[in-house]
Amino acid sequence: MKTEYVKEDKLLVFEITEEIDHHVAENLRRKMDNEIQRYLPKTVLFNFNNVTFMDSAGIGMLIGRYKVARMIGGKVELTKVKPSIKKILEMCGLLKIIPIVDEEEENEKCV
Amino acid sequence: MKSVYDNEMKLEFLSKSNNEAFARISVAAFASQLDPTIEELADIKTAVSEAVTNCIIHAYEDAEGIIQIKCKIFATSIVIEISDNGNGIENVDIAKEPLFTSKPDLERSGMGFTIMESFMDEVKVESILGVGTKVTMKKFIKKKEPTEEEGEEGAKIFTSFRI
Repeated sequence: MKTEYVKEDKLLVFEITEEIDHHVAENLRRKMDNEIQRYLPKTVLFNFNNVTFMDSAGIGMLIGRYKVARMIGGKVELTKVKPSIKKILEMCGLLKIIPIVDEEEENEKCV
Repeated sequence: MKSVYDNEMKLEFLSKSNNEAFARISVAAFASQLDPTIEELADIKTAVSEAVTNCIIHAYEDAEGIIQIKCKIFATSIVIEISDNGNGIENVDIAKEPLFTSKPDLERSGMGFTIMESFMDEVKVESILGVGTKVTMKKFIKKKEPTEEEGEEGAKIFTSFRI
């Protein structure tokens, strides 16, 4: 996982490069919470460009970070989600609380 | 007529969380004989990952035990059986309910069985308290060949002429 903080926008970006299962999620959530507490961002953005696999452990991890971000008055967003991952996010109803932000842009590009 | 293609494999490994990736990748590699789409393969990997994670977190908890996976391939389907000799599930119907989890402290979403059921075509859960749990899942893999019946008919006639 790569972490990037954009100070002007109070934006914390987590670029996940692993397959997210229960084994990986345990480590990721500890690292993420440290970073969130360090920067107190307004927006936590998950870049899923390199995520090729995620199971329900990833759902738990995202809901957990959503709760942490909300506690400090922030929000959580997703970007560059692959179709197979989107399927599981939709199934669990997660996109209602954690939206995918680049979708409209991508649709415009297609047109 | 194509003959029914059968194949079978068995895997046994320790209930360590770093085996989750090993399990789903192994099953996916075996399932690839059926020439599934990327989406079908992703469904299988996710379902296997859910079942194996359940064995590690719930069946064996902090102890170590053996998880067994048996796969059978038929002409257009794969059957995956994932079993453990762990704690067992007290009430399978409740465990299967969406969002139910016995371990909310671990940030479990409670969606494991729901995901297995929606990503696979059939899911059966058998469990005995103190003895173990067996999850049997089946997925149909659609044939991708261009099945133009006329074309096949034509080919058959051509062959019979040659004979």
